[in-house]
Amino acid sequence: MEIALNHYLILAGIVFTLGVFGIFLNRKNVIVILMSIELMLLAVNINFVAFSVYLGDMAGQVFTMFILTVAAAEAAIGLAILVVFFRNKGSIAVEDISMMKG
Amino acid sequence: MTDASNFSLMPALPEVFLALAGMVLLVAGVFRGNEGTRLICWATVGAFGVAAMFLLGLNWEQQITFGGLFIMDRFAGFMKLLVLIGLMLSMAISVRYLAQERINRFEYPILVLFAGLGMMFMISSNSLLTMYMGLELQSLSLYVLAAFRRDYIKSAEAGIKYFILGALASGMLLFGVSLVYGYTGSVGFTEIAAAVQAGDGPSAGLVIGLVFVLAGLAFKVSAVPFHMWTPDVYEGAPTSVTAFFAIVPKIAAMALLMRLLYGPFGSIIGDWQQIIWFLALASMIVGSFAAIAQTNIKRLMAYSSIGNMGYALIGVASGTVEGAGAVVLYLTIYMFMTAGVFAVILMMRRGGMEVDDIEDLGGLSKNSPLLAYALAILMFSMSGIPPMAGFFGKFFIFQAAIASEMYVLATLGILTSVVAAFYYLRVIKVMFFDDPVDVFDKQIAFSKRAVVLMSVVFVLLFIKYPDGLVQTSLNAASALFAG
Repeated sequence: MEIALNHYLILAGIVFTLGVFGIFLNRKNVIVILMSIELMLLAVNINFVAFSVYLGDMAGQVFTMFILTVAAAEAAIGLAILVVFFRNKGSIAVEDISMMKG
Repeated sequence: MTDASNFSLMPALPEVFLALAGMVLLVAGVFRGNEGTRLICWATVGAFGVAAMFLLGLNWEQQITFGGLFIMDRFAGFMKLLVLIGLMLSMAISVRYLAQERINRFEYPILVLFAGLGMMFMISSNSLLTMYMGLELQSLSLYVLAAFRRDYIKSAEAGIKYFILGALASGMLLFGVSLVYGYTGSVGFTEIAAAVQAGDGPSAGLVIGLVFVLAGLAFKVSAVPFHMWTPDVYEGAPTSVTAFFAIVPKIAAMALLMRLLYGPFGSIIGDWQQIIWFLALASMIVGSFAAIAQTNIKRLMAYSSIGNMGYALIGVASGTVEGAGAVVLYLTIYMFMTAGVFAVILMMRRGGMEVDDIEDLGGLSKNSPLLAYALAILMFSMSGIPPMAGFFGKFFIFQAAIASEMYVLATLGILTSVVAAFYYLRVIKVMFFDDPVDVFDKQIAFSKRAVVLMSVVFVLLFIKYPDGLVQTSLNAASALFAG
């Protein structure tokens, strides 16, 4: 069986959905949420590269490079904010992020 | 129209200047340390001012540069001017606050500056790539700003909530962008517009992509159902950051939304009009009803901004030049009103501590009558009572909605603005009819007074000279429909 564009798209769709569910269903740890965010961005990268090869257009791969860079910056900022939170609260459990409600 | 070989730097002169200024100020901050914060804050305000001067000196007719990535037209020019004014106002009212709350670290103005730079790129984007990079430059700076008060748990929590939901929204936006790219074969707005127009009706993949992109952008303008972060972030973040969040990023995100919907997706209005219609309706309802129960004035302003974005979205949904012009006008008026209200909120300090409950305003009319009257005028304007500017913002929006036969939306918009009037008027009631609580600290910060005064004068005098601003905003919006 030849691997065609739709296989990549389905793979990306599955990975993306895993990422989204990882954020919403996760009740334990904020680090897992950060990993889920990375998963979502990687799914997008798969999409971009697959489309780029299929269309014979370089813009998609350039876009992927930018996403990788931004994802690194985003992870750095996310972890930094998490450290600040941990210093205040002494915990990074999702259920502890609940000072403000309503 | 698109000249891909054009790499002129001229149309992006304000951005280039801001980027350079940001780097120079960053180095200056590193050398001078936190003692130099005050200086750097005012230097940032100056940099915004100079960027605005550059912007005013530019040719505002449509120019596309950087190989089609960047567009400068009347719409971009006006919105960028608005963003720069908002940045100056929000920076000017925060300088004293930073020192008072002992968070006067020099990174603050630098982050605001880079967020502003991101917003200007968002407004001028002519490609999904520029749009994404601008959006992320803005968002990453805003995440850090929300968590800026490191020793205060609510601020850290606001930062973490904003970061997680913001990253989720960026992920959805990107997924949509990848689908749009795949089904149109390009990331440039001009090429996408051509591809969308060419086929007989959009493909399913394109529509799904558009929905994802809209979900991501709805988060950035905090439209319901993507508003969950707004009240928490507004409450937890330092008040100066809340002021900044309320005044500026909404303008940039709304401008980006308009550029995207009227530009590349202008020919498939039937596919997105329903979504915007729903977002507008839900935002107005949640913004007005959820605010009734709030006791914290920062949370109240959060719901107020959700509701206000709902009204602006009505104009977007109308899909006409008049509607777009009304949105531009609405955002202008909203920006000046909110700046004034937050300048007053930043003055709410007692014994060296900030207070942010609505009850703390009790009897303000006896303790400091001028402040009470100023806030009352702003609140009347926010609720849309006729002679004030806020009324005209809503009036033009509803007029555009009726002109494009969206009677349901217009009717419900008027009804929810009546509900919203309740909580704005409650603030006035607390100030004028409740028993006085302790006096606020004497404020000497001139800039806050100046911003309040300017905001009140704008709100009151708008009725005298409305034509100029109305014409300018219509003129700016018409650039979106030119090509």
